[in-house]
Amino acid sequence: MRGRAVTRAPRDIAHEGFLTHGRMRWAKVAGGLSVLAIVAYALVDQTPRPNGGTALGYLLGTLGLLLIVWLSTIGLRKRIITTKPYSLKAWTSAHVYLGLSLIVIGTLHAGFQLGWNVHTLAWVLMMLVIVSGIYGVVVYARLPAQLSANRNEATQPQMLEAIRTLDRQLDTAAQPLARAEADLVRLSLEECEVSGGLWQRLTARHPRCGNARARDAIQGLVNEQMRRAKPDPALTQILFLLERKDAALAQARRHIRMKTQLEIWLYLHVPMTIALLVALTAHVLSVFIYW
Amino acid sequence: MSDCYRIAIIGSGPAGLSAAARAAALGLSHVLLEKTDHLSDTIYKYQKGKHVMATPSQLVLRSDLAFDAGKRETVLGLWDNQTADHKVNVRRHAEIKSIVGTGDPIPGSIMKTVTRKRDGTSEIKEMQRLAPPYKLTLADGSEVMAETVVLAIGTQGNPNLMGCPGGNLPHVQYQLDDPAMYNDEHIFVIGGGDAGIENALGLAGDAAQGNVVTLVNRGGEFSTAKDANVKALMAARDAGRISIMLGTTTRSIEPGWIVLETADGEVRARCDRIIARMGSAPPRGFVEACGVEFASNDRLAFPKLSAVFESTAPGIFVIGALAGYPLIKHCMNQGHDVVEFINGNTSLKPADEPILEAKFAGLPGGRSVADWLELLRSNVGILNGMSPLQMREFMLDSQARAYRAGDVIFERNAPGSSLFGIAEGQVLVEVNPNDPSITVGLGKGEIFGEVGLISGRKRGATIRAGTDCILVEISRTAALKLMSAVPSASREVTRVTTERSLLQIFKSGLTPADLKDAVAAAKVETMKAGQALIKEGEEGDDIFIIRSGSMVVEKAIGGKPVFLSYVPAGSYVGEMAVIDGGRRTATVRAAVKSDVIRIPGEAFRPLLAAKPGLTARLREEMSSRTQLNSYIESKKDSFEGVVDMYTGVANFLVDNGVGEATDVLLIDETLCIGCDNCEKACADSHDGLSRLDREAGRTYAHLHVPTSCRHCEHPHCMADCPPNAIHRGPTGEVYIDDTCIGCGNCQRNCPYGVIRMDKVPPKRPWLISWMLFGQGPGPGEPGLKWKKKHADPEAPKKAIKCDMCSGQSGGPACVRACPTGAAIRVNPEQFLSVALLDRKGG
Ligand SMILES: Cc1cc2nc3c(=O)[nH]c(=O)nc-3n(C[C@H](O)[C@H](O)[C@H](O)COP(=O)(O)OP(=O)(O)OC[C@H]3O[C@@H](n4cnc5c(N)ncnc54)[C@H](O)[C@@H]3O)c2cc1C
Ligand code: HEM
Repeated sequence: MRGRAVTRAPRDIAHEGFLTHGRMRWAKVAGGLSVLAIVAYALVDQTPRPNGGTALGYLLGTLGLLLIVWLSTIGLRKRIITTKPYSLKAWTSAHVYLGLSLIVIGTLHAGFQLGWNVHTLAWVLMMLVIVSGIYGVVVYARLPAQLSANRNEATQPQMLEAIRTLDRQLDTAAQPLARAEADLVRLSLEECEVSGGLWQRLTARHPRCGNARARDAIQGLVNEQMRRAKPDPALTQILFLLERKDAALAQARRHIRMKTQLEIWLYLHVPMTIALLVALTAHVLSVFIYW
Repeated sequence: MSDCYRIAIIGSGPAGLSAAARAAALGLSHVLLEKTDHLSDTIYKYQKGKHVMATPSQLVLRSDLAFDAGKRETVLGLWDNQTADHKVNVRRHAEIKSIVGTGDPIPGSIMKTVTRKRDGTSEIKEMQRLAPPYKLTLADGSEVMAETVVLAIGTQGNPNLMGCPGGNLPHVQYQLDDPAMYNDEHIFVIGGGDAGIENALGLAGDAAQGNVVTLVNRGGEFSTAKDANVKALMAARDAGRISIMLGTTTRSIEPGWIVLETADGEVRARCDRIIARMGSAPPRGFVEACGVEFASNDRLAFPKLSAVFESTAPGIFVIGALAGYPLIKHCMNQGHDVVEFINGNTSLKPADEPILEAKFAGLPGGRSVADWLELLRSNVGILNGMSPLQMREFMLDSQARAYRAGDVIFERNAPGSSLFGIAEGQVLVEVNPNDPSITVGLGKGEIFGEVGLISGRKRGATIRAGTDCILVEISRTAALKLMSAVPSASREVTRVTTERSLLQIFKSGLTPADLKDAVAAAKVETMKAGQALIKEGEEGDDIFIIRSGSMVVEKAIGGKPVFLSYVPAGSYVGEMAVIDGGRRTATVRAAVKSDVIRIPGEAFRPLLAAKPGLTARLREEMSSRTQLNSYIESKKDSFEGVVDMYTGVANFLVDNGVGEATDVLLIDETLCIGCDNCEKACADSHDGLSRLDREAGRTYAHLHVPTSCRHCEHPHCMADCPPNAIHRGPTGEVYIDDTCIGCGNCQRNCPYGVIRMDKVPPKRPWLISWMLFGQGPGPGEPGLKWKKKHADPEAPKKAIKCDMCSGQSGGPACVRACPTGAAIRVNPEQFLSVALLDRKGG
């Protein structure tokens, strides 16, 4: 029928972030799971001693394995856009809290028996993944507001374009200058990267930034001229442009720094996950073969 | 008069060309007069390589010229050849300036034209029409005589010209085809609309061209241009690529120089080229001066025409876009038909006959198309004033439907902006949502559905067929055309909306009879965005119903305006003064351009006196509003910063078009990690093209309005869509269907820049093969390079916009795919409420 009042696909109108999603539903589930595991560990008599081989150990191991496999699938969930209802936010929320509960579940499963073997390797990898995940949550919680404030409505392409425009203006403004002064301006044009290598992107520190060097040098020249008479207007114009470029560079570099910090940990989190899955396979196989 | 043509055809667009070709084929003496040096200027001006579409596909082409979908160049080349083959008598560089009859005065045939002046007064001129033959005067002063004239000049009109001395010098131009053609010039662009700004940016875009570009604007700001354009312009100015002169007019032009009048006096500047983009005057003035009357003073109105396209000036025929048919196929068919009519062919059936036959095919009664049209025209009140030709055009955009007694026509809360007319039978309106058995009947000739049409909001009540009935469903476009073509229809729709909004809003057992005086005294007023309807502290007790648009209510607390609430269309304001007397307690201003119904206090008070139920109802609403106000005031005392923030956010959202939105994507930038998964999800769920630009757009207090569709109540994009391809879907989404011809009108009309013209990229390899082997471009919209390499260069570009993921049971993919919950979709009524205050506070 035409003219039917079609109800919309249900929507999440609570406007909660992933950490508080569903009134912290997954925190409660994961917390409950952990408490349950601890209580069971304390109460259940495990002979000869707690480890993966007891009934409880099996139970915790199976739970842990299932959790890890499920946690890994968030990478797929993120990229396979289906039409059915789902919420990646809810997934992330569950991922974070259930992932944290693995600290308890995984460790109790091992019965605190760590050593130099493939089993402990799996545990260590798991902990690395978790620790990197915790770092991720920390940056997810802290950086977005700073990223937004720094951006000040400019998009990344606009920031880069602003720097290119200043370069063009510097280039034009440097035409009438003498060779030595023009060479200083060339420092800014030729020896100044916006992003640079990984370390620079992560820290936004560029100690040998050509623009800063050019600015300092030209500032020196202008100061010197000022002491004697009026400074050359062409030079003050250059100084003004260099200062503007400095500000533009600082903004773009901060932007890149934060974007990098928001992403970098995934380059640990994901490969470690793959390593973990491999180690887990080895762990499970070896247990069944040598048992 | 030896040199009198049988037919003079003015304008060589598809309509005029086809008419001339038919005249040539029939061997009639004819001349085709074209203003420019080429045929079909509108199509000539399309972007290079544009794919011209041949819609509607069901319509058969009836013309001596061929036409099929294809590249602009192919279409124009074909027409050039065929025009020559048919030995059409074309005269280029022949702009017609006036058409006057040379025969005797036609008794009683007087043309009245109303010109509105800037100060709001209007002037009426009367002109006695003279009988044919007509004398056509060309721009170069030469004359052409013709017995009949076919006007096919389209709707482009003429660009407004530079009126100052030197305005006719050769370096003054009105169009910019290719900005890359000019190097090392001092160029002045005159006009701060979108066209001027885009041209200026184009000329200054590449610094290597070495142009010195100045944009001159008469006003102090760029009020008519799109936000995105203004921003880009300001960025270009800050980057030193463009100079801007505001509050400046041109005094005179000399070779190599321009003299400008600025706020600080006269300035003479070097100038090699002037590009004047000061808008264009619609052709209406010229057409009226020929004695052709328009249906109304509305901007949308078209000339009054008979069934054979003859205007009110005997012997002058109007066809094509100027007659209201904006598609090429229609234009060509009309060209053919009009010449047949002039040549005395009376048995010709219009080419759209099969389409109309199909429309009426399912209906009982077995009438012919003409009979159906006549039945609808005479039975439905608002259609009475239409001519048979108008009825045909009207039906192309409308539907006739038969319903059985009991069938539901539409449900409460269904989206819908069409208007229904009852041709036969009766319908029942369920006035009480809780009890479907309470109904009000509407009978033959009446209309319903007007609320959706006028306010753009959801249906207010369920309506079902009371008896077997035949209804005509008038699409929003057809209804707007109808209202501009038939003033009596427009008045009737206004009266009905006023009466029914009063009934619906106030309920309280009111009947139409009770409202008679109030309705008669009510006036519809249009408010500009930002204009105050009610000012705090003023006297006045008129009550207002918001017919379309929306309002914001503010109150000065501690010297600062504080946002109190958002009032959508379909609500009322101003009730406090009429109940309690006293001055206005708050300011109400239009969030967007809005229509309100003003009911004078003295007309409303008797109603209040007679209906205690109404007073009680108003009091109830008033007390809840007062409560809200005092809640906010109390907060203001203790949490001043929070309330200021709330006001700031609310005003920011209203300024960014949320006031006319039905559903808008917002990004909470305290949560957004910039992963762009929203854009990727958008692209992946829509043929690989994202309809959303997350990073672009305005931000206030970490709340970001990205560039994405707001699904406006009255979508600007719908305003001028030749194939009528933009609709509102069943869940309220505004979407574009496959009949899009890629003309770009919607993109230009959207003030928020959310529509893009693009071709659908080809299918890419499976996600798995990307994950495992790195094949293909991965999730999200493929990069330009990949698209270039794999895309079909012949594929047409079409308009692309958000469809709110309609048809996907999960709802909007952008929201689903956000890992942190930063992306939210809201409607303004829910979002601009105290909840926002508490949110910002908490
Ligand atoms: C960008 C764009 C894309 C479009 N794409 C499509 C499409 O794909 N498919 C489709 O069906 N429709 C399309 N349309 C719509 C279609 O182009 C027009 O509706 C159609 O061209 C109108 O034809 P016409 O003959 O009525 O007038 P026009 O084509 O406008 O022709 C009018 C002619 O009259 C001349 N003229 C004007 N005034 C005078 C005068 N005083 N004296 C002498 N000559 C004069 C003009 O120079 C012009 O050549 C598009 C429109 C635009 C703007
Ligand atoms: C053994 C446990 C875990 C495994 C196997 C695992 C695995 C993964 C994988 C495969 C991804 C997908 C990354 C991508 O494709 O972009 C991911 C994302 C993520 N993980 Fe974990 N994870 C684990 C534990 C945790 C923990 C404990 C936390 C937090 C405390 C965490 C936080 C996150 C976050 C925030 C994301 C990013 C979501 C997004 O941005 O889409 N993870 N994890």
